[in-house]
This record gives sequence, structure tokens and C-alpha cells, in this order.
Amino acid sequence: MSTETKDHAALADDFNKDEDRVDWHDETLWWIRQKRDKAVNKLPDWELLRDTASAIKDNVLSNLSVYLQEFEAKAQNNGIIIHWAANAEMHNKIVLDLLKAKGIRQMVKSKSMLTEECHLNEYLENNNIEVIDSDLGERIVQLAKEPPSHIVLPCIHKKKEEIGELFHLHLGTDKGNSDPQYLTETARQHLRNIFITRRASLTGVNFAIAQTGEFVVCTNEGNADMGAHLADIHIASMGVEKIIPERKHLGVFLRLLTRSATGQPITTYSSHYSKPRDSKEIHVIIVDNGRSKQLGRADFRNSLKCIRCGACMNTCPVYRRSGGHSYHNAISGPIGAILAPNLDMEKFADLPFASTLCGSCSNVCPVKIDIHQQLYKWRQVIVQNGYAPAAKKAAMKLMSITLSSPFLYHTSGKAGRMVLRFAPFAVNNRFNPWFKQRDMPAPPDQSFGEWYAKNR
Amino acid sequence: MKVGLFIPCYVDQFYPGAAIATLQLLEKLGVDVSYPKNQTCCGQPMANSGFAHLTGGCDKLFTESFRHFDYIVAPSGSCVLHIKEHLHSTENADDAASIRNKIYELSSFLTDILQVESLPARFPFKVGVHQSCHGQRGLYLSQMSELVAPGFSKPGKLLNMVEGIDIVQLNRPDECCGFGGTFCVAEEAVSVKMGKDRVEDHLSHGAEYITGVDMSCLMHMEGILRRQGSKVKVIHLAEILNSYQ
Repeated sequence: MSTETKDHAALADDFNKDEDRVDWHDETLWWIRQKRDKAVNKLPDWELLRDTASAIKDNVLSNLSVYLQEFEAKAQNNGIIIHWAANAEMHNKIVLDLLKAKGIRQMVKSKSMLTEECHLNEYLENNNIEVIDSDLGERIVQLAKEPPSHIVLPCIHKKKEEIGELFHLHLGTDKGNSDPQYLTETARQHLRNIFITRRASLTGVNFAIAQTGEFVVCTNEGNADMGAHLADIHIASMGVEKIIPERKHLGVFLRLLTRSATGQPITTYSSHYSKPRDSKEIHVIIVDNGRSKQLGRADFRNSLKCIRCGACMNTCPVYRRSGGHSYHNAISGPIGAILAPNLDMEKFADLPFASTLCGSCSNVCPVKIDIHQQLYKWRQVIVQNGYAPAAKKAAMKLMSITLSSPFLYHTSGKAGRMVLRFAPFAVNNRFNPWFKQRDMPAPPDQSFGEWYAKNR
Repeated sequence: MKVGLFIPCYVDQFYPGAAIATLQLLEKLGVDVSYPKNQTCCGQPMANSGFAHLTGGCDKLFTESFRHFDYIVAPSGSCVLHIKEHLHSTENADDAASIRNKIYELSSFLTDILQVESLPARFPFKVGVHQSCHGQRGLYLSQMSELVAPGFSKPGKLLNMVEGIDIVQLNRPDECCGFGGTFCVAEEAVSVKMGKDRVEDHLSHGAEYITGVDMSCLMHMEGILRRQGSKVKVIHLAEILNSYQ
């Protein structure tokens, strides 16, 4: 991607050059938000479920090391092999070493945002390992050589005609045929062959249960199971925050996850993995990659409660009109904007500003992360760390001086209204981003302060 | 009961009509209200841009201007929310804390403190109501579509007291208009697109006026309406509640 040097505003500006496409993207995601609303309104206890999930996750974050060690011990008793990775590089190397040790050069992978975060595919391909993504949406963006634009709906930015063209090029479908049934059947046949022939399979982890040492992977396509059941070695990558204390807590999270994500009552497949079958191996890689650093940031630690449902993206009026790629990060949208600056504050300094702070994200969040409050707080941290543009710093300083003095405020207010009245060209030009697509307010004869002095 | 009238800077400079309507409405309801002349701004434009450390001057002026009142009332949800969440003063810490608790956005002051049950208002037009996010999701002026909870609306309750008014239904009753403070220029493309979409929802339902509790959202939508050459007007809630047409 050639997006590395552009910030969110510039990438969003590009996306908005095709307004019909923006409308289509907005309406598609709004439709999912509406499905979510219908589903959650069928549960009278919805808000209680959110409170409960939030409390469970708060407990997890306060006792993380205890639960992780409990999980490790139980999983090892079950015959699962546990690895610990401090960062993305270590995670990727563990995967590569496991494959090399078995002489495996091809792997099938179900959806895992953690491996996107670690850029695992790129790393393995550079080491001559072929990776095929088996989630349909992920396979589509993989064929398009693009990153996913959404954590639950990776190719939501692609129209079916574009997918038809990709399948024609890569999977040999008829040119111009974009019938969803036809394309899906083609993908199904293509992936069947992959599942049958791959000896290694990698999955993500939605929930790891400390009490039992088992883990749960949620998919709608059954692709995690197809890969894991047929392979000799199943590698599961999990962030440290995926742990939950007890199996009974699944009843809370499974009810919340898919209702929030797509409006379904539950994922089609919620697969429990507890021990390897004879002569097979299960490896779980527990990854930190900045999470313990985020845990140490008092204002931002509860972002680690996230269960990756994507509801904040579907509801976000900015995300719907700027597209996932405008966030130039594996995890886009509001949650991405509060997670990314922890990993690289300079590179992602723009993201917390890509919001109107409307607060809808915090309201849909099934684990009650105060997303919009954290966006506000990240703005302060980013400026304090010196990542604000110089022009903005100067403007803010001037604004602060003016607004701190009633005399300067009244004089400059009057001057501003005079300019608008008698020299509108000084304001209404292409250098004023307000004026580009909006008229300036008509300047009144007098301010309220002036009126009040005369009339009261 | 002494009430201090807080008029946000951009309302003072660009929309004195909304401020006058707020003042007259409170006077009509028998409130002892006055306007401290040294007030400027709540400081939100700096704070939301990441420069909260530059709001000391604004905080000091605000605290000095409003410390002696029983209540502070403003025709803006957004500025009131900022004061409630972020007003601090090292010299007058107690005064700042007290102001945070006694500041009200206009509609909630009318419904919760004055407990207004009727208004001498008439406005025979089709009106679309814009739910400004900070008032709605920050100050809980009305129920939010994301939550599973009973509906209510403080501005809606007041508008229902207005004779002849016809409130139009919207497809997306509480989507953000895209103003967002400095967001409106920093993220110009998305801000304008959000504004166009919000305006279109009102237009397609036949609104003759768009009203709300925040002039900033309305200023943004007005800029788009005017550029489109639309005859639809924006009007602050206070102006409707204070009118008899």
C-alpha cells in the first residue's frame, strides 16, 4: 500500500472522491448496525449482560498473570504446548520454527487479527512459507493484496463485481459473473482442496478459559475447524487479554459477541479446543506485543477488554464514511484509534483525532470500553509528547491568548465580523477548509454582549 | 434563585438571536438572570484538539465570572458538557467543583429545575430535531438509540408544549452531524459528508426548520444548506420556545 505517508484526513479525502461509493459503504455498515439494534432489543437484559461482561474483564485485567498461569498449567495438563511471545517478532519466529521443525512449507489460517497485527503472512512468505487465509473475506483481500478494512468483515469495502473480477483472475471463474452463490461455491471448492492438503493450521483465539485450559474459536464458516481438524499441527495465537476465568463466563460473552458484531444470536460455529487428538499437536502462543504496556496506562488499560466484535466500527459515522484503510492500521475504527497509539504514538498520532467524539462507539461496546473518552485522552497525550503539527500548536496558542482576555476576545470578535461583512474574500477562499463546501455564517450587526450592554 | 447566563463564544459572535431568545425565555419564566460580561469561552476548542493544558486562562475567567450564581445556564449541550467534565481551577478549586455541579444546558434546566409544564409558544412549521451528541450522549438529554432502555427526551418534551409544531421523523434519529469542533476543518471531507447526509435526512422528511440544543451543529448544517441554496433554516431550540408565530 502507498498509504504509509498519508494521515487519516488525507486518506479519507481520497475515499470521499467517489461519493456514491461512500454512500454504499455507509449504508452497508448502517444496515449491520440496525441488525445489531434489532437483535439486542430482543434481550431485555442486554445492558445487564454488558455490565457483567465489563466486570468480568475488569477482574481479568486486574489478575491477568494469575489467570494466564492457571490457563498455562491446565492447558499443559491437557497436552497443549504453550509458548510465550513478548512481541510480534517472537510470535512470528515461534510459528516459523514450529513449521520448519516439521518440514512444512504450506499453512492454512483462519481469521486472526493478532496475526494481522504481527504481519505474520508477510514474514512467513519472506521465509518461503505459503499461507492461505480460509475466511472468505480474508481470502478475498489476500487475493487483492490488501489488508482487511474491518476486523469482522475484512472485505466490506469491496463490491461483489470487484470480487467477481478477482476470482476470475485468480480462481478461474467466468469473466463478468459476480453472482454471490457462484463465487461462494468456487471459494468453497478452492478452500476444500487447501484444507485437505495442508499439514499445519493456524487459528486465532476468541476466549481462553483459565479454569479448564481450553480455548474457543468463533467462526461463521467453520473454516477454523476444517483447518484444525485435518492438520497435524494446530497453532493458536492469542493476545494475553483473551483469557476469561471460568467456562460459565462464556455464556455472557458468546451472547454478546455476535449480536454486537452482525446481529446474529450466536456464531454458526463456537468451537471448543481442549486437547490434541492422538499423534496431533496443539500449540498456543500467548502474545503480549504492547498489551502489558497498555495495561500500565491507567487511562487506557480498559481498551484491553475488547472482544473484537467490530460494533464500534459499524456505528462510527466517521468510519462508515472514511473506510477501514484510512486508519492505516490492522485494527481500524474507534477501537483501532485507541489501541494503535500504544504501539507507535508517532505513526498513529492522527487516529485519535479522526473522531467527532460523538460517543456512539462507547454505547454499542459490549464490554463498555469508554472509547470516546479515551480518544479525548489520547489527544492530550499525543500533544504532550510533541506529535502535534507546528501550525496547530501556534494556532492553539493564539486562540488560548485571545480567549483568556475579555478585551482581546471582544476586539478580535468584532474585527472578525467586520472582515466577514466588508471583506468576505479574505475568509471565503480556497485556503479556508470550512468554506470549501460550506458557507460561512452571516455576521450579525452586533454580538450578544454588545446587545446586552445596550438593552439590559 | 440567581442564574448566570453563559453564552458560548461563537453564539455570542454569530448567533446573538439564540442568546437573546434564551435570556428572554428565562425572564419570561420569572428567573432572575444576568450575563457576566467578562466571560469568553469554555476552552473546549483547545481541549478537544489535545491542548487542554492551554485552557487555564479560560478556566480562570469562567470560574471568576460564574462562582456567585446559584445556577449557570447555557444554550449549548457541548459547552456545558465540557465545563462539567473539565473545568478546573487551582486558585478556586472549590468554586470550580461547585460550578461543575450547578451548570445546566437550557432544556434540562427548564425540565429538571424549573419543571416547566407549559409554555406560551406557537410555531406552526415542520421541524426536524437534531440530537447534538454531547447533549444527548454526554448530558443524557434524551435516550440513545444504541441502548436497550426506555425512551425520553427533554428537548422533545418542551417542543411538545409548542402550539402548532409538526415534528418530522428521521431515518437516523441520533447520528452525528460531523461538526466535531476542529474536526470540521481538520477532517473536512468526512465532516462535510456527514453534514450533507444529516441535512438530507431532514430535507427528505419535509422539514422547514432544523432545530437543536447546540448552535455549533446547526452552524455546520446551515453552511451546507446555504451552499446547496436550500430555503430550509436552522433555529436554536430557545428561539422556538420563545416564539409565538
